[in-house]
Amino acid sequence: MSGFTGDIQLVYVLAAACFVIGLHLMNSPASARRGNQVSIAGMVIAGIATLILLIHDGTVTAAGWIVLISGALIGSAIGLYAARTIQMTAMPQLVSAFNSVGGGAAALVAIYGYIESESNAGGVLGTTTVFTVLDVIIGAVTFSGSIIAAGKLQGLVPSRPIIFRGSRAINAALAVIAIGAAAFMLTTASLPALLIVVLAALAFGVMLVLPIGGADMPVVISLLNAFTGTAVAMAGFVIGNWALIVAGALVGASGSILTKLMADAMNRSLANIIVGGFGTGDSAVAVEAAADAHVRSIAADDAAIQLAYASKVIIVPGYGLAAAQAQYGVAELAGLLEDRGIEVSYAIHPVAGRMPGHMNVLLAEANVPYPQLKEMDEINPEFARADVALVIGANDVTNPAARRPGNDISGMPILDVDQAKSIIVVKRSMGTGYAGMENELYFNPKTSMYFADAKKAMAELTAAVKTLVG
Amino acid sequence: MSTALVTDLTIFVLALLVGFEVIGKVPATLHTPLMSATNSIHGIVLAGALLIGVTAHTVVGYILAFIAALFASANVVGGYVVTERMLKMFRRRPQPQVQAQPHPELDGKGRS
Repeated sequence: MSGFTGDIQLVYVLAAACFVIGLHLMNSPASARRGNQVSIAGMVIAGIATLILLIHDGTVTAAGWIVLISGALIGSAIGLYAARTIQMTAMPQLVSAFNSVGGGAAALVAIYGYIESESNAGGVLGTTTVFTVLDVIIGAVTFSGSIIAAGKLQGLVPSRPIIFRGSRAINAALAVIAIGAAAFMLTTASLPALLIVVLAALAFGVMLVLPIGGADMPVVISLLNAFTGTAVAMAGFVIGNWALIVAGALVGASGSILTKLMADAMNRSLANIIVGGFGTGDSAVAVEAAADAHVRSIAADDAAIQLAYASKVIIVPGYGLAAAQAQYGVAELAGLLEDRGIEVSYAIHPVAGRMPGHMNVLLAEANVPYPQLKEMDEINPEFARADVALVIGANDVTNPAARRPGNDISGMPILDVDQAKSIIVVKRSMGTGYAGMENELYFNPKTSMYFADAKKAMAELTAAVKTLVG
Repeated sequence: MSTALVTDLTIFVLALLVGFEVIGKVPATLHTPLMSATNSIHGIVLAGALLIGVTAHTVVGYILAFIAALFASANVVGGYVVTERMLKMFRRRPQPQVQAQPHPELDGKGRS
């Protein structure tokens, strides 16, 4: 390491420190924006340091500069456009796409490094080969896997689990091919072997995500996020850059934590999710209505009376709320109730959206103040004091059956909605949720069902409350 | 095992531990912005992509450098912009939706 490169390495450490401080500031919504700005500052520092290194080195050809600058400009324009125009409901797709390109770029860095050093007289060092192979495998799996995940979220790929005969045999074959080629590379530097590893890993990424259902997407996105981080860290090992190692490790840690949180929130092991076949996708199966004799339905006027004369209301939103674009309607209704001095809060289950924390962003967008957004552990003891729990578009996460052993959702942490004095469930039909189970909450004597689309229901309830109190 | 490798591994392990410590404290409310922020942080791979340029003198090298630079810059720019966009929406108190176009009928009876 020459003196100058060493100095630049120190600048990269400064950038890495900015990333850590930035993430630290995200421990509260009040300081989170500053955190993001600190992180941006770190990135700008790293970018400038890299440019200085390139200029100082002086070996970048004119064509090289054109390639790098045009690539960076076009990429920035695409990123900027996507970030500006994306709907908040589509955030999981965007995050998946960024995982994909991040993993892809990390793999390309290692592939290029390998091509370069393979042609050198000294060949490729053993340890470099190990990191190159790891980077390429993880990066390529992330690249193709994230594309499939984004496709599933966007509805371009069916979100139901796609399982076909012989898929395990294919996976095993891909693993053998990748490991075999990688083992060969340890003894002999071989570019074709690396390309075989790349192709096998790309195919494996597709095979990894295809069998995973739509409801498990929060876990998959978190996992792929962790993969991307790890791939970037491996790229850092390959080119000996500390900023990449630290940033990659931070992202790897973050993705792992979120993966565990999401899997715990569904009470399922990661292995179980990856094997797939559980989350059956967005189409809820309608159950015959005849069996639902004990279900009580309610009209807008009666529901409005319950809400308007409550002193504490807890709103329980699920993904159905966002799918119906009803978050603005909910916020309006909640505002109306608050004007009457009613205490309103939102109970957010960890897997309420399509990615960790998704529901919070959707409600924040609808101008709901964040102190009202309560996490599961925080809100559960409060249900007993609530006069009305208003469930909108949430299903399995409110099913008391989870407290009993012996069914598909046993042991899954749920919101204690059934503890509230009265429960109103807004739902289109008696269809079941992802688990394909009847929700016992709907048969509770305290529960009344408001059968309507979430958006329409919010408009009707708001109008009814206005008539009542206006 | 070379000193450089030991140093790199040390940094990696310590960064992982710092990551677990710092990110464990982020509230669930901010998990989506967190993921998006870490997304932009792994856009640092842009530095790696740019460094390809130092030795790229062949068509294959140029193509790889171009794609890597494109991917990484989309990642870093898009990640930061969308994170900022999300975090701007997190407010302690509700605010009038649109400030640019005043709504006379809404003025003065905001919910705060």
